[in-house]
Amino acid sequence: MNFTLHEKEDTIIALATPQGVGAIAVVRISGKDAIKITNEVFKGKDLEKQPTHTIHFGTIRDGERIIDEVLVSLFIAPKSFTKENVVEISTHGSSYIVNQVIKLLIKHGARPAKPGEFTQRAFLNGQFDLAQAEAVADLIHSDSEASHQAAMNQMRGGFSGEISKLRAELIHFASMIELELDFTEEDVEFASRDDLRILVEQLLRVIEQLIGSFDLGNVIKNGVPTVIAGKPNAGKSTLLNALLNEEKAIVSDIAGTTRDFIEDEINIGGVIFRFIDTAGLRETTDTIEAIGVSRTQEKMKTASLILYLFDLTDTDMVEINRDINKLENLGVPFIKVGNKIDKANPHFINELKEKYPDTIFISAGQKENLELLRNRILEMVNLDKFRTGNTIVTNIRHYDSLVKTRQSLLDVLTGLDNHITNDFLAMDIRRSLHYLGEITGEITTDDLLANIFSKFCIGK
Amino acid sequence: MFPEYDVIVVGAGHAGCEAAHAAAKMGAKVLLCTMNMNTIAQMSCNPAMGGVAKGQIVREIDALGGLSGIISDKSMIQFRMLNRSKGPAMWSPRSQNDRMRFAEEWRLALEQTPNVDFWQEMVNGIVVKDNRVVGVKTGIGLEIQGKSVVLTNGTFLNGIIHIGEKQFGGGRTGESAAKGITEQLVSLGFEAGRMKTGTPPRVDGRSLDYTKMEIQEGDEVPEKFSYSDETRPLTEQRNCWITYTNKEVHETLETGFDRSPMFNGRIQGLGPRYCPSIEDKINRFAERERHQIFVEPEGWNTVEIYVNGFSTSLPEDVQYKAMRKIPGFENAKMFRPGYAIEYDFFPPTQLKLTLETHLVENLYFAGQINGTTGYEEAASQGLIAGINAALKVKEEDPFILKRSDAYIGVLIDDLINKGTEEPYRMFTSRAEFRLLLRQDNADLRLTQLGHKIGLADDTRLEKMLDKKSNTAKLINDLKQKRLSPDIINEGLDEFETATVKEKISVEKLLKRPQLGLKEIMALDEELKAYLSKYSKEVLEQAEVQIKYKSYIEKEQQMVEKLNSMENFQIPVHFDYLAIPALSSEGKQKLHKIRPETLGQASRISGVSPADLSILTVYLGR
Repeated sequence: MNFTLHEKEDTIIALATPQGVGAIAVVRISGKDAIKITNEVFKGKDLEKQPTHTIHFGTIRDGERIIDEVLVSLFIAPKSFTKENVVEISTHGSSYIVNQVIKLLIKHGARPAKPGEFTQRAFLNGQFDLAQAEAVADLIHSDSEASHQAAMNQMRGGFSGEISKLRAELIHFASMIELELDFTEEDVEFASRDDLRILVEQLLRVIEQLIGSFDLGNVIKNGVPTVIAGKPNAGKSTLLNALLNEEKAIVSDIAGTTRDFIEDEINIGGVIFRFIDTAGLRETTDTIEAIGVSRTQEKMKTASLILYLFDLTDTDMVEINRDINKLENLGVPFIKVGNKIDKANPHFINELKEKYPDTIFISAGQKENLELLRNRILEMVNLDKFRTGNTIVTNIRHYDSLVKTRQSLLDVLTGLDNHITNDFLAMDIRRSLHYLGEITGEITTDDLLANIFSKFCIGK
Repeated sequence: MFPEYDVIVVGAGHAGCEAAHAAAKMGAKVLLCTMNMNTIAQMSCNPAMGGVAKGQIVREIDALGGLSGIISDKSMIQFRMLNRSKGPAMWSPRSQNDRMRFAEEWRLALEQTPNVDFWQEMVNGIVVKDNRVVGVKTGIGLEIQGKSVVLTNGTFLNGIIHIGEKQFGGGRTGESAAKGITEQLVSLGFEAGRMKTGTPPRVDGRSLDYTKMEIQEGDEVPEKFSYSDETRPLTEQRNCWITYTNKEVHETLETGFDRSPMFNGRIQGLGPRYCPSIEDKINRFAERERHQIFVEPEGWNTVEIYVNGFSTSLPEDVQYKAMRKIPGFENAKMFRPGYAIEYDFFPPTQLKLTLETHLVENLYFAGQINGTTGYEEAASQGLIAGINAALKVKEEDPFILKRSDAYIGVLIDDLINKGTEEPYRMFTSRAEFRLLLRQDNADLRLTQLGHKIGLADDTRLEKMLDKKSNTAKLINDLKQKRLSPDIINEGLDEFETATVKEKISVEKLLKRPQLGLKEIMALDEELKAYLSKYSKEVLEQAEVQIKYKSYIEKEQQMVEKLNSMENFQIPVHFDYLAIPALSSEGKQKLHKIRPETLGQASRISGVSPADLSILTVYLGR
């Protein structure tokens, strides 16, 4: 995407809320003339005389014809997202009205924005550094509280901050070595190699942690893969539907109805869980279902969480013991869920409670105790790191740079082991610095920028 | 009285001499103006060339066809390769030189260079017409015409010498300061600043007791700076000595602090942090009980001694008393006291990569006038300014070395993009591609470039090409050559490295940390005999290229990565002020420095990563 000087002077317009019918829709205008253009079609207060960050009620009119009653929010440059004059017009949420408003404003001098142009302007005007700009893209894509917060954290410079801290330590480390190299003949003192090793190991731990957070970060962005496992007709699809609150999977009383994987995302307490409904666990002679069963096993292995669902009216202790044993061997965290508590034998329930006190008893059909289950699911996903506001890496490019940094730091350690001279150590440290710089945009290459801007296709 | 010159060089120190020689060698008609023809190429400070990073620069100057290497070789009294215990990028040649021989060799070399004329007089102004320099004005009112002018005024511009509470105008002790040029340049719109440097006392070597000092000998097998066959390594060398200050010395020095121009505010200029005066050292590092003093002879035959590490501007009586408390100096006789000197410089951000000024066409600055310190830094700038002045007159493309080409490239790129707050000295850490910029390969990096512009002669080029092809051949040989276990295993054991079960190539053995080519030759007589046909330089070059291959390759990859930005040209008249998105500091700096590439822009201090990204987008990427 190339922007000429001329294009930058333009005032751009786009619908800021999703296409389709909602209660309200927001049309956003950015550019030097944003307020002037809006004022021309707005009847109410004189917008050009109003202070920034104020909201005004009035009507949008095409000549004498009233298009809609609206609220207009003013953000005067540079106190706006793009650092240009920005107007946000909240209209009633009909696509007809929205289209009329946008057409009218275009008639008065605005230009339809290209995909990502608002964000790009914000970046060009120095609103964000590269890492932050990418977080904006993530923020717009985020649809859960958790991923929203991760993106927000990164945007506030949390991520850049942490990396900068790391870089500062590394730079310090490097300068010690450089000092030793350049002042070898002069009487200068340095930290010992043992101290240097300790420092590198410290750095590696932090970087490992950041790299490790990528999995969690990824989970937050893409959802926690969760499998509901159980015998055919244990009520898996019913449970999924109950959690989803809509009829998605095919539900029937005939065992083995679900032959394929049905994925759906459910927002529980602000975290997205990607539920995978599976065919049953039963050994089967039905070939189609057999395929489904073996694929179930695969899915279970890659899941982050398994809900082990069993029918309290149709399962004995031997079977449960055997299944639990199997699941423990799998090594994936799982929750034991007894279904159909409304029809179950109380003695059996007591027996289970004694043997497996952490079992949750529900009725998927009657939607009983679903809240308990939701809470347990949340507990199982360790979001402590995230909740304490720690940095989470969610961006594959950052992850890649961190991995390269780790490699360079490991090279430093290997170098220390092999007693290589400081000039070579220094080189690996410089490479580490280089890769860390890639994250914060301190080293910008064409590839990097091209890659990043291609991400701003966010439909605005 | 004078013809119109192509290049007029003002000042005949390290920068001026290289500039005059290079321009003349390239065919320009050159006039070298100096206040005193008896002080051409003075080593105003210590009688030594090279050192860490600086030795690499001398070799680069030599590889390009400059004279500093040859002159250093001809006048050296001791040679040491510093940092031998470290990797090859750190090896740094350093020589102790005969001060008088050094100056004499330069004078003779310049006299023998066709196209160099001399004029002894102070230059006190330049002649400018339509923003272009057309000549110089001298003290007795002469106007000499020149198509270009290279200013290398050193510490002479409004120089003030401080010794204790005494201060007097001068460019060096016993030599007067130069007036007029700063004032004129400022009136033309140049920004000027003030810097400070210092020098230690000189003493009578006959009055020292060397038995109380540590001896510091030259290398057993001395090398030299020049790649050419014009010079030979030393067969005989002079020693240096090391001694230390102590508490008593420090206490005595402190008695003069109230009269120190450094501490009572009389000196305004900024001094170098890494070459501090002795009073600065004991003031800033009060916890240290002693500091190193290098006792360096000033020549083969003279008794004069340079007291390296004891730079000071304290009153001469305090200097004298304190010095006599240093072991070995109890009866020292002083030849002259140390002093500090303040002088004008012009922040080098006012220059292009050719060292031509942005403000006045065909006017070049080189050396301390640009805020640098050190003979080597000055000489290399003189060389680049002289080359470019000659090229400009010939209307040929400018000569610019990249950061990945040479330390000289790093030096100039740093100066014009970042400027300098204190006298700028080269360090290896300033170079991001240190492993490529070695003292052993300056010829391979630069001689071809020097030859292309007519500076390095054919003999040099042929010698370099020979070295290159022989190195390639040897590397190939060492890959093929396989040594058998029964011959080498015993030796491997002795060098504390793993024995082998099958034949192994020399290349593979060389990659072991414990083994160099020397050790491997000791393993196998036949190999040793075979390799004897290669020269020492070729053996060394092949060894470095094999042993450090993976590191060198990693570094080359980084160069390529960065070159994409280096090759990204910014139009000459690009209007930074018209881009509202740029930070205001970035905008100002870019407008002033006018980087030629995006890579250069990235190194300007005050230009943020966001500014760079914005530029990238505006420039249509």
